[in-house]
Amino acid sequence: MAEMHSTDHNPDLAPHFETIDQQRQSSRLGMWLFLVAEILFFGGLFCVYVIYRVNQPEVFTFGHQFLDKNLGTLNTLVLICSSLTMAWAVRAAQLRQRMILTLMLVLSFLLAGTFLGVQYVEYSHQRQNALLVASQLAPDADIPAEVQPEEAISASVEGAPDEAPLEAPMVEAVDPGVSMIAPAAAGPAGLATAADRLAAQAERDLVNVDPAGAKTFFSIYFLMAGLHGFQVLLGMIAMLWLLKLTFQGAFDGGHSIKVGNTALYWHVAVVIWIYMFLLMYLID
Amino acid sequence: MNQAEIHQSPRVASVKSLLGVWIALIVGTGLTVGVTSFDLGAFNIWIGLGIATGQAILVALFYMHLRWDKPFNAYIFVFSFAFLGLFIGLALMDTSQNQADMIPDFGAAESVAPEMP
Repeated sequence: MAEMHSTDHNPDLAPHFETIDQQRQSSRLGMWLFLVAEILFFGGLFCVYVIYRVNQPEVFTFGHQFLDKNLGTLNTLVLICSSLTMAWAVRAAQLRQRMILTLMLVLSFLLAGTFLGVQYVEYSHQRQNALLVASQLAPDADIPAEVQPEEAISASVEGAPDEAPLEAPMVEAVDPGVSMIAPAAAGPAGLATAADRLAAQAERDLVNVDPAGAKTFFSIYFLMAGLHGFQVLLGMIAMLWLLKLTFQGAFDGGHSIKVGNTALYWHVAVVIWIYMFLLMYLID
Repeated sequence: MNQAEIHQSPRVASVKSLLGVWIALIVGTGLTVGVTSFDLGAFNIWIGLGIATGQAILVALFYMHLRWDKPFNAYIFVFSFAFLGLFIGLALMDTSQNQADMIPDFGAAESVAPEMP
């Protein structure tokens, strides 16, 4: 290649580009086109949301009560901070500040991990409350209302195998005074105390009196939040890759396009979450 | 890396602008949470969407460097939102105007008609 570009020995310049600037512009243009595809992809999901919400607004105002607004706010702030650190990482890469670049990438990675951790806490709450996708909602629907909570629990244990194959294996309920672990909604009673079972049943009763389509809200919520979480996971992998490149000294020459494009991807994930936070958590 | 290439390198965002946008984003989130806790009826969602869009514009202009980028990238971005609006708008038009019986009694009249004579 050296003879083709006798005036330029820059190792960062790919052979099919004339100049570094042209290479950077092309790379950026390609990234923007990818981001547009990403926006239209999430746009389809937002369209699903809008149509269902227009048709059944009460389902959304009911369903969103089961999302923790405080955790949602926390996650929004976490993502905004990660946006700052990623933008700062781009600056550091441009200025060849290897230490700051490393620090910012590590911070971004940790913040992204925090986001997923909080999401996990939320998902497990909803799992305990049987607020999963439509097919798993209201597992106790055919239990008569007059059945006592204790009987309802054992009835749901008997009904468990065919509706929740992924639940924990069946365990015979032992002495009700042994453990404080609350029962999973569609699973066995486990080792919970009687008081825990009553509380869990009260939560489930609350779910069971919902409008028939409340499951719609959580189907859409998990579809959107789950795909967004997947995007965050991909972003974290990209950050690890950038960290590896940083340690190898790939950005010491100020050729920051890889950091820049990863940051672009990350910022889109943050902006999508800002809208999702508003539309899922903050509706009344 | 020679001097000419440094001049070619993209605009570096200042620490001041990075932190300024960060504060604006945090304040925007606080505002959204605050505003939506009051019941303003149908306005709630529009105020919230307005603030979120303001945040998105800040991120795009400063964190995503659109302010210093070639304008073509910004056109691509803006037009994607225009087409998204068209997509959601047309879908909503169908949702709001669709009826079980678009032309009243049309089907009924046809099925009754042969028995009329």
